[in-house]
Amino acid sequence: MVTEKDVEHIGELADIGIDTAELATFTGQFNAIVEYFDVLDRVQGDGAVARDLYNVLRDDIVEPSLSQDEATRNAGAQEDGFIKAPRVM
Amino acid sequence: MAVHTISFEPDDRYNAFLKVCAKPSHGEGKLTGIAVAVKDNISTQGIETTCASKILKGYIPPYDAHAVGLIKATGAAVAGKTNMDEFGMGTSTENSAFGPTLNPCDTGRVPGGSSGGSAAAVAAGMVRMALGTDTGGSIRCPAAFCGIVGLKPTYGRVSRYGLIAYANSLETIGPMAKNVADVSLLMSVIAGHDRKDTTSYNKPYTHTPSADIKGLRIGIPEEYFGKGVDPEVASVVRKAIGRLEELGAVTVPCSIPSMEYALAAYYVICTSEASSNLARFDGVRYGPAADTKKSWHAAYQDVRKQGFGPEVRRRIMLGTFALSSGYYGKYYAKAQIARENVRKDFTRLFSNVDVLCGPTMPTIAFKLGEKSDPLSMYLSDILTVPVNLAGIPAISVPCGKVQGMPVGLQVMGRQFEDERVIDVAYAYEQAVKQ
Repeated sequence: MVTEKDVEHIGELADIGIDTAELATFTGQFNAIVEYFDVLDRVQGDGAVARDLYNVLRDDIVEPSLSQDEATRNAGAQEDGFIKAPRVM
Repeated sequence: MAVHTISFEPDDRYNAFLKVCAKPSHGEGKLTGIAVAVKDNISTQGIETTCASKILKGYIPPYDAHAVGLIKATGAAVAGKTNMDEFGMGTSTENSAFGPTLNPCDTGRVPGGSSGGSAAAVAAGMVRMALGTDTGGSIRCPAAFCGIVGLKPTYGRVSRYGLIAYANSLETIGPMAKNVADVSLLMSVIAGHDRKDTTSYNKPYTHTPSADIKGLRIGIPEEYFGKGVDPEVASVVRKAIGRLEELGAVTVPCSIPSMEYALAAYYVICTSEASSNLARFDGVRYGPAADTKKSWHAAYQDVRKQGFGPEVRRRIMLGTFALSSGYYGKYYAKAQIARENVRKDFTRLFSNVDVLCGPTMPTIAFKLGEKSDPLSMYLSDILTVPVNLAGIPAISVPCGKVQGMPVGLQVMGRQFEDERVIDVAYAYEQAVKQ
């Protein structure tokens, strides 16, 4: 059973911004869906998934890419050719 | 190369397009001058790309997706960007921030989703072909609901570079058109290796469809005609399979036991991947600007609350929950085992049959607003998601009508045997045309 407090906590973790007014609806929908997920309890198997390929990466060589202007053009807040972000500290 | 332009002024009464390019330029090649519509989660250089979300309003990609580069290089004209469920999350195209797309066959019904705009644009004759994307059925479902052909290629066969990621381990770009030959033609342009996608496989598609299916072994999974599947839809699809038998195919009854939990596994995996992928939408690099005076979390929460629609917020939270401490083993780890079981079921069946056939969707297109409860909408993906979990190819081809609405026959094939599912669809299409 997922509670409104759980949903509020998950909303915080996901930076999704939940209003108190939305909590009841989201919690009700969450419980219906999570109850459906419980069918996974019946899954049998060892979980070991073998793959032939692993970490297919190219050599780390500098190649032509976007210009600084192209890379920053879509940012809503910029200063001196750089992207401005909210304060972290 | 000579550059030409075409005039593209569609009568878009179905809200299929989010952006129309009125005078798109084109070069020369296999697709010379053909107007191709591109789903709005596929990056197009210089053309606004929003994923039908407010959070990407105004975003102009500085580069083309690999598949878009390929269609341009072969002479296609990018006619515009098509409507979709926000970030591909939905089965009806009602979850668009810019209003739903209507089904050209009945405007009171949904076109299916999430590539509903691409399907409607093709079905209404606005474009000859379109690019869609398929994470859990998003090409096949709207193809079935709108009465067109849609191919979900083998995972890795078409580059995902420039596809704005929602659930990377499941999704692929694929072709949609009115007939199998055009789907095959567009597939021949977009398939092939791309070093910018690490999951890209070097297997170009150079096939010409063949209608000869004599001796083909077709598995008929009982789950595709069982609980939850409309009996009238099942009956139309059984008749279509009968037609394939008349053409010389042999049918074999079979079962996919892992279908019991495939849908739950799919939703745990896709929401988990979404919670990670969509963390990048925070108003810093693109989209509406975050308030840089606020703290990190407060600024992000403001942007994401206003920018994402309810279904996107729900899926991000579900994924965050499935991956969170104390629940990871119960949901995500179990879903991965379930996924492997689905893959093993298909491998086992394909040792005895060449393809599997069943309905694409359990019902005809639903009415607008009919599925307001999220879980009931999820349940309609039951017949399409197993293919994405296994990474195999599948096609939906129109095979009749129920209550005047199109029904799709789904043909699923072995990994990298996209050519074979194309042939089966082509054989059916040619047989009913005569």
